[in-house]
Amino acid sequence: MAVAPIQIEEPRKTYKNERPFPFCPGCGHTLILNHLDKALTKLQIDPTQTVIVSDIGCVGLSDQYFTTNAFHGLHGRSITYATGIKLANPDLNVIVFIGDGGTGIGGAHLINAARRNVGLTVLVFNNFNFGMTGGEHSVTTPHGAITATTRHGNPEWPLDICATAGVNGAGYVYRGTSFDKDLPDRMAEAIQYDGFALLDIWELCTAYFVPNNDFGRKEMLGLVDTLGLETGLLHHRQVRDYAHRMRELAVDLAGKPTLPLKPIEVKYPNNVAGKFHLVLAGSAGAKVRSAAKLAGYAGVMSGLWVTQRDDYPTTVKTGHSISEIIFSPEEIRYTGVSRPEALALISEDGLKKSGRYLANMTGDDILFTIPQFADVPTKARKIILDPKAAGVRITRTNLALLLMAAALRELNLFPIAALEEAVRRFQTRFADQNLPVIAASEHLISNS
Amino acid sequence: MAKEYIDGATAIARGALAAGCDFFAGYPITPATPILLHMLNELPKVGGVGIEAEDEISAIGMCIGAAMTGVRPMTATSGPGISLYSENIGLAIMGETPLVIVNVMRMGPATGGATTPAQGDVQFVRWGTSGGYPVIALAPSSVAECYTLTMRAFDLAERFRTPVFILVDKEMNYAMATVDIDEYVDAPVGQRPLVPQHRPRPAAVDGVRVNAVTGKPDPRLRPEETYLPYDFDPVDAVQPTSPFGGPHITRFTTSSHDEHGFLTKDADKVRRLNDHLRLKILNHRREMAFGVSDVQEEADALFISYGTTARAMREAVDRSREAGRPVSGLTLHTLWPVPEAMILDAVAGHQRIIVAELNHGQYIREIERLVYRDAAQRRILPPEIIGLDRADGELITPEQFLEVVNG
Ligand SMILES: Cc1ncc(C[n+]2csc(CCOP(=O)(O)OP(=O)(O)O)c2C)c(N)n1
Ligand code: SF4
Repeated sequence: MAVAPIQIEEPRKTYKNERPFPFCPGCGHTLILNHLDKALTKLQIDPTQTVIVSDIGCVGLSDQYFTTNAFHGLHGRSITYATGIKLANPDLNVIVFIGDGGTGIGGAHLINAARRNVGLTVLVFNNFNFGMTGGEHSVTTPHGAITATTRHGNPEWPLDICATAGVNGAGYVYRGTSFDKDLPDRMAEAIQYDGFALLDIWELCTAYFVPNNDFGRKEMLGLVDTLGLETGLLHHRQVRDYAHRMRELAVDLAGKPTLPLKPIEVKYPNNVAGKFHLVLAGSAGAKVRSAAKLAGYAGVMSGLWVTQRDDYPTTVKTGHSISEIIFSPEEIRYTGVSRPEALALISEDGLKKSGRYLANMTGDDILFTIPQFADVPTKARKIILDPKAAGVRITRTNLALLLMAAALRELNLFPIAALEEAVRRFQTRFADQNLPVIAASEHLISNS
Repeated sequence: MAKEYIDGATAIARGALAAGCDFFAGYPITPATPILLHMLNELPKVGGVGIEAEDEISAIGMCIGAAMTGVRPMTATSGPGISLYSENIGLAIMGETPLVIVNVMRMGPATGGATTPAQGDVQFVRWGTSGGYPVIALAPSSVAECYTLTMRAFDLAERFRTPVFILVDKEMNYAMATVDIDEYVDAPVGQRPLVPQHRPRPAAVDGVRVNAVTGKPDPRLRPEETYLPYDFDPVDAVQPTSPFGGPHITRFTTSSHDEHGFLTKDADKVRRLNDHLRLKILNHRREMAFGVSDVQEEADALFISYGTTARAMREAVDRSREAGRPVSGLTLHTLWPVPEAMILDAVAGHQRIIVAELNHGQYIREIERLVYRDAAQRRILPPEIIGLDRADGELITPEQFLEVVNG
């Protein structure tokens, strides 16, 4: 994207606008935001190339006080928006404001952004409870602490945000408090850092956590020791921002054609007068759909309109696989099949799903099947094909093509050469194996 | 007349690429996964970005964030994923985010049937987020329409700065079909209105800052914001935007906001914002109304349908006419906002209206609402409105249509 250069005549003294912060007196959010202002001023960052993404809560109000781009999103999801922004425009500085509440509800996003090393700067405003909603406990509330939802003391243990981010790959991880003198420097460092940077900043919620727990600056510093946690810069390793890395990986792909049209020329005649319904009923994993698709291509090469709808369970390679194909000289609207003119039945799984077809078929219709199902009750005329007589090795994965080819020969909807060409053109890799199967079907049909 | 043999998912992906889609985030779910696979494969070739997100909430969140940098995002999912999109759909409406959401519907409720066609999310996408604000939803009923309507979805998303749904189902996404290549009709794709890039900033006339959009001096402007991103004038007009990374700073917010993008509870300002979000869609519904009306003068019955079910309907219409019985058919390509004029035009003169859909009767509510209100206003007797529903995983057959019309 073309970006017009901006003229900064004199150095900026602040990146705050004239609006006063809305927080309670003594709220740690004020301290952290002032630190950030110092960091931005130190960097003389271009406000048009910087986006502050804020989460929900008191902290979610904070983006409004800066003269940068701002994105105020949903509770816990700030990291997802920030990731999208960074991926779409890797040159932007993307800074996330999130509370300990947002960190809890959006934990999966934090872990994944850390793991991917998306080049964000995440500032966790960690005041050990939900401020905005009235001081409920959060994932970082210390064990035993009193909050609106732990009136008798918190029975849970706190999440170690830094360890979680760090162990999952975050390149830059810092733990400190809103009282740290070096916070502006650390923030500036994190903003300039290439990969995922997280600063877990402990602070005071003077409206709730402080009065509920007799908790002040001294107690907060003490908590670090009680929990046996380390503070300061915990991780600082060389990693590449995900957004840039993704683009670097794609360099060789640039300009390659995308989903090009695959026009099919009509080369063969056909003998189809109205809608002709053909069903192939077999087992999942036995190349039923692929045999049906080849028949479809062959039909199109023979000037027909074709549709194919498949039915199979959600599981893979087990259970039934049914392909319903319609060939028609005119455009096909309705793609369903209730009474097929031909059914190729190749397995027990297929039989279980063919009851409706078999019941609806009449003496004008044909059932193609293997000796195992020779006694299947139906009014349809039966053509029994014995794969053992094929003369080539027939396996679970080429039986579908063998019966499809035999059926197409017998039905004579279009020349079998169309099917062979479909194999050569659309299944190039397997042509050597599949062409002999199609050839073998001739012998089977003439002997049936 | 060259032909192709492809599925709807490929046509949707191609339509997206043709419309300039350059960002896709999604999470795998049958029957929407083929679109995810195509987009992740293809986007790097055009300098775009495709990502498999950690969940659906993240997928749509990434799309919304990305959209604000000026890219054209798309995501694709099915009912269970739309459930997780819900809160962010509201955010996209509130933030006036151009975003195309493909919902490949599967049978519900809950996990329902992953590989079973259904059209049960029609009212869900309309009312799927808090507040009840309008969305746009298009429903193709052929592979070629998947291509064209995807382009239209991008056009509407951009021009109206709003999320647009494409509603298809497993049948449309997966079924292979012959397509006449001439039927891939390119739709014009517009662009979201942008703040003129060339205007100097911050600019001032006699010490008063100048609005970058109107060029007029405006004392309300802050030093860093030489335009008001949410100063709707008139209230139903889409405002120019400036992408993150462009020459202006921009504010995006989930909360009720004033003309600057700052949080507000001022009733007048909140009302103006909410009217804007509603009326920018509803007052332009005619521009969004697509469909195929095939009305026969002598017919007493009109079928109305959409998506996969409209295919059976069109076959039934052909068969009925061949059998000497006139019948009319209306295929809706736009479901939301309801194409009221198109529907009332088609309904006029018919005694029976048959609304067919793969659910327990969702869109029929809109038809009833429209037709009964119209009849009451005009003091005429309304036609009979009959639902043809199915929700067992099978398609509605042409025979079912014919039974209703002949029975
Ligand atoms: C989905 C959702 N659930 C619940 C809420 C209500 N809510 C608003 S703020 C908040 C907690 C915020 O706490 P935290 O992230 O620690 O920020 P703080 O207010 O302490 O700055 C909650 C639960 C919401 N806005 N959205
Ligand atoms: S409630 Fe707590 S977090 Fe919110 S502004 Fe007050 S002190 Fe700060």
